[in-house]
Amino acid sequence: MLIRHPTPILPSEITAPDLYRERRRFMGLAGSLALAGSLPAGLAHAAPSPLGPITKSPLSTTESQTSYKAVTTYNNFYELGTDKEDPAQNTHRLKPAPWTVRIEGLVNKPRTFSIDELLKLAPLEERIYRMRCVEGWSMVIPWVGIPLASLLKLVDPQGSARFVEFISHYDKATMTRGVLDWPYNEALRLDEARHPLTLLALGLYGEVLPIQNGAPLRLVVPWKYGFKSGKSIVAIRLTEKQPVTAWMKAGPSEYGFYSNVNPEVDHPRWSQATERRIGEFSKRKTLMFNGYADQVASLYTGMDLRRNF
Amino acid sequence: MTPGKTSLSAIKAALFLLCLTPAFLLWRGLETDSLGANPIEALTRSTGEWTLRFLLITLTVTPLRKLTGWHWILRLRRMLGLFAFAYATAHLATYVWLDQFFDWEAIARDILKRPFITVGFAALVLMAPLAATSSNFAIRRLGGRRWQALHRAIYPIALLGCVHFWWLVKKDVTWPLIYTVIAVALLGLRAWWRELERRKQLAGGYLPQEPKFEGKVIKIFAR
Repeated sequence: MLIRHPTPILPSEITAPDLYRERRRFMGLAGSLALAGSLPAGLAHAAPSPLGPITKSPLSTTESQTSYKAVTTYNNFYELGTDKEDPAQNTHRLKPAPWTVRIEGLVNKPRTFSIDELLKLAPLEERIYRMRCVEGWSMVIPWVGIPLASLLKLVDPQGSARFVEFISHYDKATMTRGVLDWPYNEALRLDEARHPLTLLALGLYGEVLPIQNGAPLRLVVPWKYGFKSGKSIVAIRLTEKQPVTAWMKAGPSEYGFYSNVNPEVDHPRWSQATERRIGEFSKRKTLMFNGYADQVASLYTGMDLRRNF
Repeated sequence: MTPGKTSLSAIKAALFLLCLTPAFLLWRGLETDSLGANPIEALTRSTGEWTLRFLLITLTVTPLRKLTGWHWILRLRRMLGLFAFAYATAHLATYVWLDQFFDWEAIARDILKRPFITVGFAALVLMAPLAATSSNFAIRRLGGRRWQALHRAIYPIALLGCVHFWWLVKKDVTWPLIYTVIAVALLGLRAWWRELERRKQLAGGYLPQEPKFEGKVIKIFAR
């Protein structure tokens, strides 16, 4: 029998009253639907289930967190629609269970993981990170996940592996066609992927990751623009050559491989010097590496960040 | 089918309220915090799109009049054009006030450096003299011909508006494409009619008399 030790309650685990009421209302609705015998399978996932136990992390920021509502209704997830409100409304287009992710390429122990296996792979940590979108807005999000490094260690990368590519789920029948070259892919250098800040997120606000945020698992690389953090990942591939990512294909002059948050290097069409934190009125100055310079600047010593944008 | 004076006034009043509806809904949205997680972006985007819509609606008046024979709708055009200018002003105000918060240096840099802002700003600057000359007095003062020449600036303005929208979207150009197709169709129709007119005149073998205006007022407005 599993004896669960009580864990200290994290601030983000305390449900805001309005959210609580919203959830109550939803449960009531779901309950009546279930009674009517017509609860669709997909709807069951709309009620987020708590994850646990979760440990705190010294890598978390103490800045005030963006509301759960904003984090789950203002999303860039083009597979589910290109407007910010679309993904939350089109969650039926993605079924997050059953799900597996394969780790392949230049590894000595290629392996396929189920979500349950990932949840047990390493202690779940809450990581409250700043998230800066390339479009000029930002959030503070309490993710739940495991360091990507712990997963990479298990598959034992080969000496020739230099890059890690992340491939997102794509279903032509239900998801957006055109716009980008599907499936969505992103990539990191191996040392970036192994960095302690790099997180494989399985949850948000102490609960299972909502579909619009990239269920059931996504990458979170807090010092890079948001699009570098691929959602709904089905494969992780280790390669020797630098992969060409979806946004690099879409606009090579606008989106580079590194895409580190950098207030001094503008997007060709707009400035990156400032950002609007969602929920705030005034803009704030964008920080080098999104404020994670102390931890990650050493990854790029000697590199021309203007050229390697 | 030409409405009388009273019914035209009623139509104008109704149209005025209809044109105000988007602004009212945005105001309500701000008050009830229902514009989503990024209300400033929603406001900027919506006022911009309404500017473009009103420009295209204004450009629809002449072709619609030609196709239907409803000459009276010409008398609604001024209001539609002025609403385009009003939404454009609101769009600029949102950008200057809410988005940049009067950071004039950043605004100046944006206008000079960001092509999509450059064309958007150019379109707005071009709209100002049109709005300023939207009165019977201005038409009399300028003379109908010059007034009309000046107001043809709406053609490049509409195209600049489309380019502004096209250049600002990150990747999905569906909506900019839709607006551009409509704008090009409305302008193309005019070019085509002009061409037909030219051919007709050539075939008829007559050279149209250059009309002499000599300061006379052409009545293209209501008395």
